[in-house]
Formats: sequence, C-alpha cells, structure tokens
Amino acid sequence: MALNIAFWLLAATGVAAALSVVLLRNVFRAALTLVLCFVSVAGIYITLSADFLAIVQILIYVGGISVLVILAVMLTRDVTQGSPSNKLKVPALLVAALFAGVLIFSLTQTPWAVSAEPPLEPTTSALAGKLLGQGGFILAVEIAATLLLAAILGAIVLVREK
Amino acid sequence: MIMSNLDLNNLGNLQKVLPPDWPGGFWWHWLVFTTIIINAVLILVMAFIYIERRGMGRMQSRLGPNRTGPFGIFQPVADAIKVLLKEDIVPDTADKVVHWLAPLIAFVPTLMIFAVVPFGAGWSLAGDLNVGVLYVTAIGSISTVGVFMAGWGSSNKYSLLGAMRNVAAVVSYEMPLVLSVASVVLLAGSLSLHEIVQAQSIPFILLQPLAFLIFFMAGCAEINRSPFDLMEADSEIVAGFHTEYSGMKFAMFYLVEYAEALALSALITTFFLGGWQGPLLPPNFQWLWFVAKVFIVFFVMVWTRTTLPRVRIDQLMGFSWKFLLPLSIINLIATAIQVLVLPEGSLWVMIPVNFTIAAVLILIGSNFFTPGRGRVEV
Repeated sequence: MALNIAFWLLAATGVAAALSVVLLRNVFRAALTLVLCFVSVAGIYITLSADFLAIVQILIYVGGISVLVILAVMLTRDVTQGSPSNKLKVPALLVAALFAGVLIFSLTQTPWAVSAEPPLEPTTSALAGKLLGQGGFILAVEIAATLLLAAILGAIVLVREK
Repeated sequence: MIMSNLDLNNLGNLQKVLPPDWPGGFWWHWLVFTTIIINAVLILVMAFIYIERRGMGRMQSRLGPNRTGPFGIFQPVADAIKVLLKEDIVPDTADKVVHWLAPLIAFVPTLMIFAVVPFGAGWSLAGDLNVGVLYVTAIGSISTVGVFMAGWGSSNKYSLLGAMRNVAAVVSYEMPLVLSVASVVLLAGSLSLHEIVQAQSIPFILLQPLAFLIFFMAGCAEINRSPFDLMEADSEIVAGFHTEYSGMKFAMFYLVEYAEALALSALITTFFLGGWQGPLLPPNFQWLWFVAKVFIVFFVMVWTRTTLPRVRIDQLMGFSWKFLLPLSIINLIATAIQVLVLPEGSLWVMIPVNFTIAAVLILIGSNFFTPGRGRVEV
C-alpha cells in the first residue's frame, strides 16, 4: 500500500517535472525541473528494490549531468526568455505525438515478464559478478570505458590551443 | 499484482533492517532517529563553531569570543538568535522561487548523509545500507545544485562567480575523492559503512596513508574550507554564492557549511580512523569514541585553515587534475595489487609498503607539479 502511494507520487512528480522541462520559458528553471525529474526516477528505482541503480542515477544524472547542463545554460544568452519558437512548431508536435503514441502502444501491448523471485539482497555483489565476472558483460564494460576515454581525449584535443 | 508482490517483500526487508529493540515499526523508528540526528547535528555544529572561533583566535594570538557565558560557550547560540531575528532581504531582480529554494536544496542532502553514518555498532537511521559509500557520494553531490541555484537566483555577478568556482571545484575534486574511497572499499571488501568500520582491526589511516591525505584534501576542497575557500573569498568576490542572503536563509547556508564539515569529519572517522571502535568504553558508549575522533579531525581542519594561505583558481584546478588525480589512481592500482597478492591476514605487511608508496609518490608528484604556473582564468 505504502509502496503504491510512493509509486504514484513519484510518477506524478516525474511526469509533471518532465512536462515543465519542455513547457517552461526560463531555461534555468527548466534545467532545475530536469533535476527533479531525475530524482523522481531514482525514487521509482528504489520502490523496485534497485538500490544500486537508484544511487547511480543520482550520482551520474543529478550530480554530474545536470550540473553540466546548468553550466551550459549559463553560457547561453537570454536565459529568462529562452526557447523561442519557430516554423517547425507544428511538424515537431506531430512527430512528438506520433512517437508518444508508438511508445504508449508498445508499452501497453507488450506482455512484460514478471519474475516471481524476491529481489536480491544485497544487490552489489550480484551486480559485480554480472558486470565483471565470468560469463558477464565484461566486454561491454571495457568497450564503454574505452569509448569514454576516447571522448575525453577528443575533448582535450578539440579545446587545446594551437 | 506486481506492486503488492513487491510490497510484501520490501516490508520484509524493512523489518529485517530495524533493530529488534524498537517497538512500533518503521515510522516510529524513522521519527525517533530523525529527531535524534537533527538535534545531534545542530548541537555538534554549535560545538564546531565554538571550537573554530576559539581555536582560530588562539592560533592567531587573540582571544576569540569569550563574553557570552563561561568561556564564551553560548556565543553560537547568541549568533543564531541574532541571525534569525535579522530582516530577510531578497534582491529586486532575483528569481524569487529559486532564491527561496536554494538554501533548502543545499541543506537537505547534507542532513541526509547522516542517515547512513554509523555512530555506533548498528546505530544509524537507515540501518546497514549495502551501498553506503555510493549513497554518501551521490547525496553529497546534490548540494552543488543548491549552491548553483543560490548563485544564479541572486542575480549578482559575485554570487554567480562564487557558484561557478564552486561547481568547478566540486566537479574536479569529486574524482580523487571517490578514487581514494575506492581503495578503502577494496581493503574492506564492502560498500557498507558498517562493514568498513568492522573491517578496521587496524585503522585504515595506517594501511592507506596516501588515500587518507587525498580524501582529506579533496574533501576540504569540496566543502569550501580554507585553503580552498576561494568560492567565498571575501577579498575577491564579497561572500561568493551567499552574498545576497540574510537572516534565516543566510543561517541555513552557514549551517550547511558546518554540517558539511561535520559530515566530512564523520566520514573520515568512518573510513580511516576506525569509526566507533576504540578501547576501554563499554559497547553502549562507544559512540563517544566516534564523537571524539570527529572532533580531532575537525580540529585538524581548523589548524590547516589558520596555517595555509588561500590558493588561486588555476592552482586549485591544477592541484586536483595534475597532482591528486594521478596519485589516487596509482594508489588504487597499488592497493588492488596488494589485495590480490598478499595472503589473508597479513595486513601488517601493508603498513610499511603503503607508507613507502605514499612517500615516493608524494615526492615524485611534487617534483612534477609546481603551483603558480598557468594562466589565471574564471
């Protein structure tokens, strides 16, 4: 019961925050509501017993990415007027509505497999085994690490003075 | 169907986490422990303010506040009352909502850190959280958003500059901080703060001297303590992000500053000084060891504050990226090799090895890195 209430509260906050990211004129406030959206998604992860995922969501999205987004917002002009509309208003609305329709259709029509097993406790060692252990996703982890390193080096090369 | 399933399972988990001596279940546990933690934090913060002002006075050959109560111990109370009664001024051009929310968003995460800090064996609000270390780092990084909101919402260039400097510092010092904790996690073999404390038959400050130094310095930089306090450097940018705050909201930022210092001292105690463990005291009074260690760590912070001059922004960035980050990565790799190679129960061997590694790395690192070069920006 308590978990149901928590889920609906978090879901409503998340959707409201996501909508205000798009609808708010003030870009800075839009970035802040994006932070709220990330936090409520992390809360939903907690109600699903995915504690590690929830905390990584906060660490990376709230602590890292949203701070970078806010820094980028600082570099734009006219923060308070923000997002002026142009001729692509109607096509954008159509494409977005179509995409939302497809998403909602596939989400409601897919027969989701629900595991009957109780959630793992503690999650950390199981996750570590999956990510780094034998028969796990070690290749994907290594590829992601290499990709990130390449991106960092690329950024340094781009901004370096000649 | 799905939800009710989870509901039952999770309730089971919660009851497992609860200490058996708490009647009434989850909500009473939450209420009682939250009240205790908020009061403990407020009282300890007042003690910190007293120690800092008196200690700094002593170290700077002056008296410090000594008029309110015996030895001036009621000075923090008087300060708090004064600042609460002051008029709350909001600038005309400020973004009112953001300006109002900023102190709250800076304060709440700082308080949430104490939910997992183990004050004694099994004594913490959230029980034994198995991702404790990650939780602390994640929650600690939210305060930055509050600082940024304060800087931008005030519509004052000094506030914005202070907030920018703060974000730059937090983003760069987060990495050496987390990497130095990672070597502690390697040694303890767990992310839970309780298990990290229990793993310290020898305090990790002896096994990981370099990680301790890096954690201390990076932590001080993250919470804007001197010598890294250039986000609120009075001589350059008035008071940084809280220039436009007064009254209750300023009090909140002041509280955040000391609550962060308290959180950092508590975490250093947990990670490196053996937490609540200590000889002589009976099990129910071991939290006294914890408090004593927290005060010692904070005293060292006051000491460095009065001893060292403030760094420049380019020195701050260079120190993190060119000195602390490489050292913490090498230390992490060295620790991983030791954990793999050395047999179980030979922790004593690691003490001389790690002290040698720390000394060699610091010597080499300080030869490569000299502060003062580079251009001044931001």
